[in-house]
Amino acid sequence: MKRRDFLKSSAVFVSGAAVSTSALVMLDPQEVLATNPELRWGFLVDTHKCVGCGMCVKACKLENDIPYDANVTRTWVERYVMTQDGEVLKDCPKGARDGYTNKQIDHNESGMVDVADKDITQAFFVPKLCNHCELAACVQVCPVGATYATNDGVVLIDRTWCIGCGYCIMGCPYGVRFFHPVVHTADKCTLCYHRISKGGNTACAQACPFGARTVGNLRDHNDPITKIIMTQRVGVLRPEYGTKPQCYYIGLNEEVR
Amino acid sequence: MVEQVAHMLVHGEAWTLKDLFVLPNEYVYWSIQIVLYPYMTGLVAGAFVLSSLYHVFAVEKLKEIARFALVFSFALLPVAMLPLLLHLQQPLRGINVMMTPHFTSAISAFGIVFMTYGVIVASEIWFVYRKFIVESIHRLANKQRKGIEGLLLMIYKIISLGAMDISPEAIEADHKATKVLAGIGIPVACFLHGYAGFIFGSVKANALWMTPLMPVIFIMSAIVSGIALCIVSYAIFMWLRRWALARGKNFFLPDQLAGTTNLTIEDLHEMQVHETTMTAKYLRIFMILAITLELLDIIFRGYTAVKSWDILRQVIYEHDFFKIFVMQYGIGNALPFLMLILPGLTTRRACIASVLVLFGVFMMRWNVVIGGQAFSLTFDGFMEYSLPIIPHDIETFKEGLGGVLLVFGAPFVIFYFLNMIFPAFYSDDDAH
Repeated sequence: MKRRDFLKSSAVFVSGAAVSTSALVMLDPQEVLATNPELRWGFLVDTHKCVGCGMCVKACKLENDIPYDANVTRTWVERYVMTQDGEVLKDCPKGARDGYTNKQIDHNESGMVDVADKDITQAFFVPKLCNHCELAACVQVCPVGATYATNDGVVLIDRTWCIGCGYCIMGCPYGVRFFHPVVHTADKCTLCYHRISKGGNTACAQACPFGARTVGNLRDHNDPITKIIMTQRVGVLRPEYGTKPQCYYIGLNEEVR
Repeated sequence: MVEQVAHMLVHGEAWTLKDLFVLPNEYVYWSIQIVLYPYMTGLVAGAFVLSSLYHVFAVEKLKEIARFALVFSFALLPVAMLPLLLHLQQPLRGINVMMTPHFTSAISAFGIVFMTYGVIVASEIWFVYRKFIVESIHRLANKQRKGIEGLLLMIYKIISLGAMDISPEAIEADHKATKVLAGIGIPVACFLHGYAGFIFGSVKANALWMTPLMPVIFIMSAIVSGIALCIVSYAIFMWLRRWALARGKNFFLPDQLAGTTNLTIEDLHEMQVHETTMTAKYLRIFMILAITLELLDIIFRGYTAVKSWDILRQVIYEHDFFKIFVMQYGIGNALPFLMLILPGLTTRRACIASVLVLFGVFMMRWNVVIGGQAFSLTFDGFMEYSLPIIPHDIETFKEGLGGVLLVFGAPFVIFYFLNMIFPAFYSDDDAH
């Protein structure tokens, strides 16, 4: 056999073999096990119940090894104060880790702002966390696939593969992401996946004394959270970005962004 | 288990000042290195487009600067990647982008686009210099070698890839290959940089960045900065060469050393004036295109005035007014444009104008990258970035003035060595 013929027939053989084997789909046993159409985790926040005590933030930091004094947090509580002349004041010192024990509004560089009680028309607290979006912008923009969504709808980060480019932090419209100050990779709420996948509750929901935060299965129509989402008027944060957030809010205001 | 540290500075906290309502995790995460990334890629792409103007469209007037621009573009190429590596929190994992590219991400194709471009530039240089390489092998092999000449001979032998044929037909084939490569190179260079613009323009969470105009704006400003840098560096290197020739310092004149050219100071001077003023004409054309697009963007945002305009207006017209309208548009655009259109253009004036243009494009990158992070995602607060000048740890060095100087200095060091192998000023009438 001539060299040219040998090369020709090997090329034909290799391409032929490649085409036929590509028809076979490789099944990853883990993937098969994880595919569970019966389960889609979701979160529900009742803003009427939140008092801004910050227990959820504390619990989250301790449970998930986020350095307690570092100025980043996986969940936080915002305070909104509206006055009679239509002004909306917002603050969130230290992510509300220590709770709101002071009436002054913290405006960072602009200092503390005093608002007289008689001028306030309404005031409320809004807890925030990762929305575990159906079409998450962070999953889309991660260049190495270190951020991924599980089949039960939780967006997670692979700390061993993240290159720390920060594109996901830029891409998230909700500002839930940050660089972990110790492991130096992107970080955010995991919905306490290590707890909920074993039948437990999230640390924040467990720590909340008023039941303002609840986690549940959106595919189960008998789940109390799903029932509320189906039967009451709930909203999600910034739907205009098309990310389909899966964290629902009762009593959401236009001012909350 | 992560240990608890009393107070821990988070990435971004060292240089971010927050005002009014800003979310707890918001910082200026993309700082000076990400300003430099599009700036350096822009210079690479721009320098290449300038060299292609001669190779593809046969703009004879740009012949001398074209070869310089090509070699300089190659020297800039590795530096375009440097800011990204300096910025990564896990620089050793940077290779993961090539190992497991996640193609829904705009960054994931970076490795591929960058490598493709690198291969095109490298092969174009090879074809342009092939004749010179072969001649150098013969010349160096037949003489008593001293100093680095032995090393040079070895380098030339390796990069010749054994292609020693310099018959007229072979040279003609080289010219054809150069033309084809330069032709493919233009869209690839535009893609390389338009793609840098896409990385920003596609971030839907950022009100300032998200516009389909971003890639086009980036391409135009890239060409502007690339041409300006070529004018400045060409003029500087020509001054250096004149200085070296007058004192017989062949070290700066590898072509003279190679014996391929016999230069006089007058020749060099004439060449310098001709090339810089000619190139300045092309600079003006691309400046007009760049500024038109940038103004269109601002006018369109103001006219449509969607929800985010309220905060953008405050950033553009109040917080960053000086940086945008005085430094970028005034000193970086209007002033050099005036200098370039006034009659009787001299090399010195073209150079000063080009330096201002380079500054203007740098400010444009700054105002896009830092300006895009100057306001909170909630539109209710501001963040101010202060460049770390004196580093107190590795992070404030990398993302501070030290990192900037490192990135700015690197291409000139690389060019110095590259010029020894591929004399960028080597002139040969048959060479393409």
